[in-house]
Amino acid sequence: MSTPPALKDWPLWEVFVRSKQGLEHKHCGSLHASDAEHALQMARDVYTRRQEGVSIWVVPSHLIAASDPEDKDTLFDPASDKIYRHPTFYEIPDEVGHM
Amino acid sequence: MYTQAMDTMAKEGKGAPRAVAALSAEDAQRQARFDERIDADGRIEPRDWMPEAYRKTLVRQISQHAHSEIVGMLPEGNWISRAPSLKRKAILLAKVQDEGGHGLYLYSAAETLGTSRAQMLDDLHSGKAKYSSIFNYPTLTWADVGVIGWLVDGAAIMNQVPICRCSYGPYARAMVRVCKEESFHQRQGYEGLMVLMKGTQAQRDMVQDAVNRWWWKCLAMFGPPDADSPNSAQGMRWGIKRFTNDELRQKFVDATVPQARLLGVTLPDPDLKWNEARGHHDYGAIDWSEFWQVVNGHGPCNRERLAARVKAHDDGAWVREAAAAHAAKHTPVEAKAA
Repeated sequence: MSTPPALKDWPLWEVFVRSKQGLEHKHCGSLHASDAEHALQMARDVYTRRQEGVSIWVVPSHLIAASDPEDKDTLFDPASDKIYRHPTFYEIPDEVGHM
Repeated sequence: MYTQAMDTMAKEGKGAPRAVAALSAEDAQRQARFDERIDADGRIEPRDWMPEAYRKTLVRQISQHAHSEIVGMLPEGNWISRAPSLKRKAILLAKVQDEGGHGLYLYSAAETLGTSRAQMLDDLHSGKAKYSSIFNYPTLTWADVGVIGWLVDGAAIMNQVPICRCSYGPYARAMVRVCKEESFHQRQGYEGLMVLMKGTQAQRDMVQDAVNRWWWKCLAMFGPPDADSPNSAQGMRWGIKRFTNDELRQKFVDATVPQARLLGVTLPDPDLKWNEARGHHDYGAIDWSEFWQVVNGHGPCNRERLAARVKAHDDGAWVREAAAAHAAKHTPVEAKAA
């Protein structure tokens, strides 16, 4: 039996780390691991050697659906002329105070 | 650590970045958009269109950078079991573990460009891919560990800090993480040397001997002089490289001279002196024939380093296979079918 190319079989995982309680998990990189438990262990060693996190998520990379960079304009430009969605669009008399 | 990819490409006579001769109208438009973004100091992300030569150059540079981190674990790893105290052993273990981590950040960054981990490792193990030549020298005494931290990592930091602003997002982000950790590497080395310099005459001699052996090799880490580094200009055009080899080397010399004085060692260069007019230190001529000899595989430890890497990889095969087998056994049937 020939040796299976094991590393090729280890899927890629995306790693998200919550840096402290109350903050969101943030993407910090990726790694190869055989399964979810293994990925969490590896993520701990690779991305939190200096207490960078209090919680880790790992997600198989192939399960992430991403928008196409070519669609950037179509997707995001329509929001650029809708300045009335921002509070600064509205002029309120100073006497009203903080609003 | 650092990669000399950009500089060795021309000498090796292959894979040098080259503008593609004829572009389709669509690609010409994409190229124009790419150039525009680079000119505006914008960032390129994995799924963005990029010229093939840009992609190839990055894969080459990032993977060689990763290999340097991994091979760089070997010279220092040599001293883990012989560190003079438990404190120094814990520090050295943490540092070598960091280097392994840096290699992993960088392999991941390279993978976003479409290459695979297995391919990169194959290239390293077959000798096709290079790593920084500095690791092909032996670590003869405990002082070498300190000097590697101070000078080798110091030179690496000089090289790596500008890459935090590299035009390729994943490489720049990996480098931010690396640079944060690298500062500890340099400081622990310098501090370790300070302790030795306060010791016996024999210990001071050991530090001076290590400095003498490593100094010129560190200067060569920045790559050939600008005049002999034909790919530098393209690298700078692409925002991969931010300073030329000679600029970085000069910064390193200027930063190191006062550190050496404070430590109480001399740098082994009779031509090293402050040049008031230039506002920089002048330094002597570097032996580039030795540099190229080591790049081409004829350094004192090239064979040993590569053999150690291949052996570690082969000896670890059963672990990788066992983990894969375990995962396969525990994957729910419905997930397998999907």
